[in-house]
Amino acid sequence: MTLNVAQIRDQFPILKRQVNGQPLVYLDNAATTQKPQAVIDALVDYYTQCNSNVHRGAHYLSDEATKRYEAARKTVAAYINAGRSEEVIWTSGTTEGINLVANGVAQRLKAGDEVLVTEMEHHADLVTWQQACKRSGATLKVVPIHDSGELNVDAFHQLLSDKTAFVAMPHVSNALGTINPIKELTAAAKAKGALVLIDGAQGVAHGAIDVQDIGCDFYAFSGHKLFGPTGIGVLWGRYDVLAEWPVWLVGGEMIATVSYQDATWGELPNRLEAGTPNIAGVIGLAAAITWLQGLNAKDIWAHEQALLKRATELAEQTQGLRIIGTAPNKIGVLSFVIEGIHPADIGFILDKQGVAIRTGDHCAQPLMKRLGVPGTARASFSIYNTMDDVEALFKAINKAQMMLA
Amino acid sequence: MNLPSTDEILDDLAFLDDWEQRYQYIIDLGKALPGLPEEQHKDEYLVRGCQSNVWLISEEKDGKLQFHVDSDAVIVQGLLTLVLAAYHDKTAEQILAFDIDQYFNQLDLENHITPTRGNGLRAIVNKIQTIAKAH
Repeated sequence: MTLNVAQIRDQFPILKRQVNGQPLVYLDNAATTQKPQAVIDALVDYYTQCNSNVHRGAHYLSDEATKRYEAARKTVAAYINAGRSEEVIWTSGTTEGINLVANGVAQRLKAGDEVLVTEMEHHADLVTWQQACKRSGATLKVVPIHDSGELNVDAFHQLLSDKTAFVAMPHVSNALGTINPIKELTAAAKAKGALVLIDGAQGVAHGAIDVQDIGCDFYAFSGHKLFGPTGIGVLWGRYDVLAEWPVWLVGGEMIATVSYQDATWGELPNRLEAGTPNIAGVIGLAAAITWLQGLNAKDIWAHEQALLKRATELAEQTQGLRIIGTAPNKIGVLSFVIEGIHPADIGFILDKQGVAIRTGDHCAQPLMKRLGVPGTARASFSIYNTMDDVEALFKAINKAQMMLA
Repeated sequence: MNLPSTDEILDDLAFLDDWEQRYQYIIDLGKALPGLPEEQHKDEYLVRGCQSNVWLISEEKDGKLQFHVDSDAVIVQGLLTLVLAAYHDKTAEQILAFDIDQYFNQLDLENHITPTRGNGLRAIVNKIQTIAKAH
């Protein structure tokens, strides 16, 4: 089977619009994906039919909202193969999920402990751990990468020791597209007794995720990179770890009992979800996952890889263009620089031609420094992109080269 | 520094009617701006934009403020020329009296020629205005 891309495109209303007088070629999917009509409808339906606060109202709408909200938790749990749905904690996104974990880790770390991250971290999975180390006196160790953008696995094993209390790494590099061997690395870290968090922001939208198979303790991701709304994300954590995790935000919903001078915490998942949650976001995310489950994960993978292969071929034929990130195992991300042209200039000229990409440091300043580039231009592909989009990208790049030369 | 005046820029742009011509004009302005020698690309002069670096140095000469800028992106460099046309070699009073928003509206150069965080223009305009106010 192959993906019916025309049919998929039909379900994304935004892809029909024009920008700068040109048909939109949306290649900024690693930043955020567009939303199918099913997600938009779920949000509208929630607000027009069902809006109510969850878990506390003694009335019909509240019951219905609560049912939809908790059903969404089960949908997410099934999608990532969580052991129990209480392991799914709603967050505002990957960043909040990692902060929730880092806050707890910082309370438990002591001087002499080590936290391991990689050179390819997004700031969300670097600054969090750097600050947790600063607060606790622990040491941050950074696993190097090869020039290809692959993780130096030997160095990972060498840096791992009995002192390693925590390991955080991206499933997939946002700037380069590299897919890390997270299962193997997680097993090695667990063997040393470390807790492991996977930053799944770029990992969730390209194939099936099985958190139990990965073997990690935490997996964090954002709904908006998975065709869902912004402002909703998931922190999955192993039940026995989360049940004892230091509480993050305190307030309503997360407590068991409260007196003026003291409080006790509720059970999972509530103890880590203070305040009124993003109910519409939760329902929208579940709609996105349900919609995505209607497609074959292998077909999605094959389609995105075909786009990447064609884009890589065209990139290699483009004079002066250098691909940044050449790992053999990549998602559909093409990061590149062009000799003598700043990435921002490429971005400006592509935009005028209707081609949306991202340029800059991709929230990975130390990685850009490590790679010796001021930033890159990054095209990232998703299920609704076509070979025509890839051709349009390179036509636009050629024009940018002509104008900027 | 040989800069066009804001009136000259507005006149030039009035004759260019598609985006390619307008952008080529901005690119050519950017290439013509002298920029700064590498050793002056110091952090203390850096005005952080989201997608490219911009450096700004100011000095006073005969009661007027002189601005020397550089960017590592040529289109941003061109946009900076538009800004310097308004501010370079002017008194602090002239700088503060200049209606930059109206000027950008008149330029009518669509998205990127408006001061946004992305291209660093807003930051540079703010910095120049702050320098003029402190003067």
